[in-house]
Amino acid sequence: MSGALAPSEGIAGPRPGARVLAASARHPGLVAGLAVLLLLTVAALAAPLLAPHDPYAQDLANRIVPPAWMDGAKTAHPLGTDHLGRDYLSRLLYGARVSLGIGLAVALLSGLIGTALGVTAGYFGGRIDMIISFVVTTRLALPIVLVALAAVALVGASLQTLVAVMALLLWDRYAVVMRAATQQMRSRAFVTAARAVGCSTPRIIVAEILPNLANQLIVVATLEMAQAILLEAALSFLGLGVQAPIPSWGLMIAEGKEHILFEPWLIFMPGALLVLLVLAINTLGDGLRDVAAPSTRA
Amino acid sequence: MLRFALRRLLVALLVALAVSAASFLLVFLAGDPAVAMLGQGGRAEDAAALRTLYGFDRPLPIQYAAWLAKALVGDFGRSQFFNLPVAAILWERLPTTMTLGVCGLAFALALSLPLGILAALRPNSALDRIALLVAVTGQAIPSFWLGLMLIVLLGVVFPVLPISGADDWRGFVLPTVVLGYYATPGFMRLTRAGMIDVLEADFIRTARAKGLSAPDVVLRHALPNAIIPVVSLAAVQFGFMLSGSIVIESVFALNGVGRLAWESITRSDLPVVQAIVLVFAVIYVILTLAADLLNAWLDPRIRAA
Repeated sequence: MSGALAPSEGIAGPRPGARVLAASARHPGLVAGLAVLLLLTVAALAAPLLAPHDPYAQDLANRIVPPAWMDGAKTAHPLGTDHLGRDYLSRLLYGARVSLGIGLAVALLSGLIGTALGVTAGYFGGRIDMIISFVVTTRLALPIVLVALAAVALVGASLQTLVAVMALLLWDRYAVVMRAATQQMRSRAFVTAARAVGCSTPRIIVAEILPNLANQLIVVATLEMAQAILLEAALSFLGLGVQAPIPSWGLMIAEGKEHILFEPWLIFMPGALLVLLVLAINTLGDGLRDVAAPSTRA
Repeated sequence: MLRFALRRLLVALLVALAVSAASFLLVFLAGDPAVAMLGQGGRAEDAAALRTLYGFDRPLPIQYAAWLAKALVGDFGRSQFFNLPVAAILWERLPTTMTLGVCGLAFALALSLPLGILAALRPNSALDRIALLVAVTGQAIPSFWLGLMLIVLLGVVFPVLPISGADDWRGFVLPTVVLGYYATPGFMRLTRAGMIDVLEADFIRTARAKGLSAPDVVLRHALPNAIIPVVSLAAVQFGFMLSGSIVIESVFALNGVGRLAWESITRSDLPVVQAIVLVFAVIYVILTLAADLLNAWLDPRIRAA
């Protein structure tokens, strides 16, 4: 019975889905961000079909072939090759998988940690809230890049370590937003009603509160995914993220650094793709916030 | 105010204690720090010697207490790589990083405050859109890549600035711009939002009705009220910039603490890593404490909460 109460509370007019759809039309940024993100996701998923070469195949006779618009380009390598003669287009395509995969994994895992902490703090309040808020403050005081680098180096660099370390460092925004949102939710009529009819606390949190936080959760997850992608790129650039020969855009920039004087395009292309991807995700997140959860705006 | 200050100070001390434990425990992620410090091919008897030398064979709480007691008086142990006291190395490197941090912060504020104010005065104007563009791109561009691109542009294509090292002030220009740009979006959004809120307030309408000139209203009446949250953010951002200095200093080959941190991590010079994590975290704690106190002093409503 209380479950039936929840969705209708506070919402007047058409279904939320229809509302979001109508509002999206008024937000060109949201649509553009989504389009670019979809394009890059399709490119990442279809990388084995789209890539003209094996991204790991070295060809030392064809090292640093320039891209198509420069002198000395070769049609077999439209975006040139790197210092080991690996096809750059293929590596850029596979690099999208690394960025998106790690970004998504970290956004989900850190979302679990941050939401659990934030909802617990917001729902129970009092001493529990104090302790969790203290943990959040402590986490914020720790320098992220430094701790992440040290942790990855000490545990031993691997994709699993990288994702775990980043997830353990990037949950703070979820916790802060979810705590505030839960505090607001806690005293709403449908929660009081659920408590009055004898619902258990876990049931109230899972069935009544969490569904109402979904909008804000998606917004934070989007922005956090962009953060994770940038952090992965920085860690890989410093040599303690994704390890060679896996093609990560950050690592490709590091590998291109030696050639900055004469072949800056080796650095330009992976970086430009990073900017495009993060820009798309952030624009999508900002748009979603305007449409679905204006209250999250900070 | 005193009650508020004491409470806030207590929390800051507890957070500092917690981050000290975190920095200390960080090196135990390796399992055995002695083996990690030796690196690959280390011999068992060397590891045993290191374990005794650094006291890794004692129980953890005792090690932590001993480490903390020394750290409190500025003794962070000896660097294995330099064979020097960690504190001496840090002391030598800190000015570079601090200069970079302060210049970066100044650059960010110099760019974001005027842009934010002008954008708030004319929402949806061309200037507002430029401000938005600066903010949106600032959040999306990886700072190390921006640094490399500026090196290509200003160091190679139009060679006007040195591309690495800091022999004189010119070596700080590009790192300052890159580090500052990274902090700009937050400041600008906050200044713009704060100004828009304040400009709608009654006392601003009164000031205008009294016939005060527009610059007077904006700069003397509206800005001081809009800028309060910017103070807090400045403290937080400075902490993030210290952390970001790791990336920037390695791109521009500046000999600061950030680069030292990265080098120490790659050569497993663990006492240095512990010390830098602790110093950066404590600087952040002190700055946020100072910002909170300053805010409470500026805005009495905060004290009551």
